[in-house]
Amino acid sequence: MKKILLALMVLMAFVLAGCGGDRAKDTADKSSTTQLIRYNVDAEPKTLDPAKSTGLPDGTIELQMLDGLTRYDANQEIKPAIAENWDISEDGLTYTFKLRDAKWSNGDPVTAQDFVYSWLRALAPETASEYAYQFFYIKGAEDYNSGKGKKEDVGLKALDDKTLQVVLNAPAPQFLGLTAFQTYFPVNRKVVEGNPNWFADPKTYVCDGPFKMVSWEHNQKIVMEKNPDYWDAKNVKLQKLEIYLIENLDTSFNMYNNGQLDLMNEINAQELPALQGNKELKILPDASVYFYRFNVTRKPFDDVRVRKALALAIDRKALVESVMKGGQKPAYAFVPFGFKDAGGKDFRENGGDYFQEDLTEAKKLLAEAGYPDGKGFPKATIMFNTQENHQKVAEAIQQMWKKNLGIDVTIQNVEWQVYLDRESKLDYDIARAGWSPDYLDPMSFIDMFVTGGGNNQTGWSNKEYDKLVNEAKSTGDQKIRMTSMHQAEKILMDEMPVTPLFFYTHPVMIKENLKNVIIPPFATYADFKWAYVE
Amino acid sequence: MAQYLLRRVTTIILALWLIITVTFLIMHSIPGGPFASEKKVPDVIKHNLEERYHLNDPLGKQYIDYLNHLVHLDLGPSFKYEYRTVNDIIKEGFPVSATLGSLAIAFSLVVGLLAGVISALRQNHWQDYLAMVLATLSFSVPSFILSGLLMYFFAYKLQLLPPAMWGTWQQAILPTLALAALPTAFIARLMRSSMLEVLQQDYIKTARAKGLSERVIVLRHGVRNAILPVVTYLGFLVTEVLLGSFVVESIFAIPGLGRWFVISILNRDYTVILGVTVFYSAFLMLMNFLVDLAYVAVDPRIKLVDRKDV
Repeated sequence: MKKILLALMVLMAFVLAGCGGDRAKDTADKSSTTQLIRYNVDAEPKTLDPAKSTGLPDGTIELQMLDGLTRYDANQEIKPAIAENWDISEDGLTYTFKLRDAKWSNGDPVTAQDFVYSWLRALAPETASEYAYQFFYIKGAEDYNSGKGKKEDVGLKALDDKTLQVVLNAPAPQFLGLTAFQTYFPVNRKVVEGNPNWFADPKTYVCDGPFKMVSWEHNQKIVMEKNPDYWDAKNVKLQKLEIYLIENLDTSFNMYNNGQLDLMNEINAQELPALQGNKELKILPDASVYFYRFNVTRKPFDDVRVRKALALAIDRKALVESVMKGGQKPAYAFVPFGFKDAGGKDFRENGGDYFQEDLTEAKKLLAEAGYPDGKGFPKATIMFNTQENHQKVAEAIQQMWKKNLGIDVTIQNVEWQVYLDRESKLDYDIARAGWSPDYLDPMSFIDMFVTGGGNNQTGWSNKEYDKLVNEAKSTGDQKIRMTSMHQAEKILMDEMPVTPLFFYTHPVMIKENLKNVIIPPFATYADFKWAYVE
Repeated sequence: MAQYLLRRVTTIILALWLIITVTFLIMHSIPGGPFASEKKVPDVIKHNLEERYHLNDPLGKQYIDYLNHLVHLDLGPSFKYEYRTVNDIIKEGFPVSATLGSLAIAFSLVVGLLAGVISALRQNHWQDYLAMVLATLSFSVPSFILSGLLMYFFAYKLQLLPPAMWGTWQQAILPTLALAALPTAFIARLMRSSMLEVLQQDYIKTARAKGLSERVIVLRHGVRNAILPVVTYLGFLVTEVLLGSFVVESIFAIPGLGRWFVISILNRDYTVILGVTVFYSAFLMLMNFLVDLAYVAVDPRIKLVDRKDV
């Protein structure tokens, strides 16, 4: 017994000695209240190497420290960043960026060669970047990434230190927006080649953005301070930024209420009803859609009448008002609000709704399909990944179908990875899904459902649809592109391999003295470049 | 003795190998993978990723490679957090979990033993009832509820203690209580019943007859004999608590090892799953081994002998 106690004590002394270091730092944090924002990104980043990062935490943290060729402003307009200006050739294929005199935090100039190096690095097959496909618009990029082409044949060239030329495969109006995206951020060649783990240590994280990293405590927080070498430092008012990496949403909610966080990017849905009327709660738009997939390779969902009947018998208004309660909008089309159409107006507003809930019509369609009043309807299951809200939505829809159509379906929750696996193997009847855009263009939604597309996952195929998507993709003419996409969306909603349920919102809690934090609707990150505390 | 040790060590190694093999097979047979995501990546990219992490090697080769690295104490890189090796994750997470665990063990030993002994000595008095009611309560409240309640009252309502995170002694108090509640209750009840039994024994009567002071009877003859079941439980408790609790660590945002047991499986982060499993099993067996050795120190009736001597 004595020995055990002794061993325990030694062990305790040993570990205690190792954990007292941060006390001084914590008290220091409390005293500097001015121009400090504390924000929770809800997870430890998987990496901070822009070439390899994919997730929201990674991208959000990198955005504070790195500046790409361009940057989105508060109105989701693309504004010059490291690129001072640019030229797009008549055919929409060649982009020439003129870089400004910007510096890395180690004093090196940011050059066109840095961009060429960084993008080719992300494309190199041995880098194995998950987001390498974000570069596939560039000529020769996909071939290089798949090992079929040579590095030299990628359409990327530094004409001189300050001029970068990019050649695309086909006109892609979304390309400019991508240059503000994390995968397109530059890295400092010297630093990266000297130390493959450069991004894991604040000391070696050489950056060209508004903030630089001071410390990184894994699964706790990342502390940043203003980068005095940033080209636009005069417009950065914030002195310090603390990014917390806390996963548990209840914990982060408690920390916010306790005054330890200034901004909460994600709120547990069950807190929302109690927060109604709270001035710190802001319901921001979110250009994402919540929908159900039908497996059209299985009976009875191979029959469009059945799919339509089910879609028309869901009360979407009740769903958002009494189940979701977060200000979501019922969806009667697939592409969310928030994307510009050819004339500058909103794509969704121009497109309007493609269907309406209609019980009589739904019953009629079901009877025509051979299941009058739901009689003889085969056993079917709604599959969703384990999460309270998905469960509630599924239960509500289960009841609506029972009541409105006389159909019995079962609901089944499965673990995330099992859900992904079964969805891609078409091993389901009806599956819950959500989609948020990769870039600021309706194409990010429309091209999901081309025949055999990796994100189709319904087994649905339509030649006319494929043709329209192809047309839109091969022209730079916004009018033709948008018209094709509207037509394609109409086909999608007529055929209904998926039924949209609602467009998401993004509820955040933000202290009222925080100003100019940019949280765009197309990706729920936050940009603190222009932010300040009043 | 030497032979006993050798036999134990061989058994431990064999058991570890078996655990690795079974975990490896189960892990690869569940659906999903470390790079699965809602947005499907093109096949080229999937191929590059698998190439990089040798996931397209035959399973047998992956298995042999893993064992080979393991022999050199290299648990490999995490697939999800590629800048961190599994060795790093254990090196960073274990001390945190072990600190928290040690605090919880110390708390539960001091409070649990004390409460148990007092309950036994004051059987059916208010002290006994109070201790046992409290024990039953902390026994039946799950740790996620207790954690939430502690955080709500002490951090949110009273604003006395920080709600979460790790680094200062104030931040250690709530998670220690949350983690210690169950073992404290268990030890108190264990000690109480064991003590009651011991106090009925003849040698206690003999001690009393000899006119020994109550203090000596309770401490030297009573507690020392009654503590044996607690020592047995301690081996289990130490591994259970030192290696971290997923629930407590995730609620209090503590960067310990406990969270990795669950997170790595959800992520299908193969190397981390294997790494923490190996570490956990090795630690568990080592602790059991130490407890067996500790019996010898505590109980003079137990001796380590080789089987042929029996």
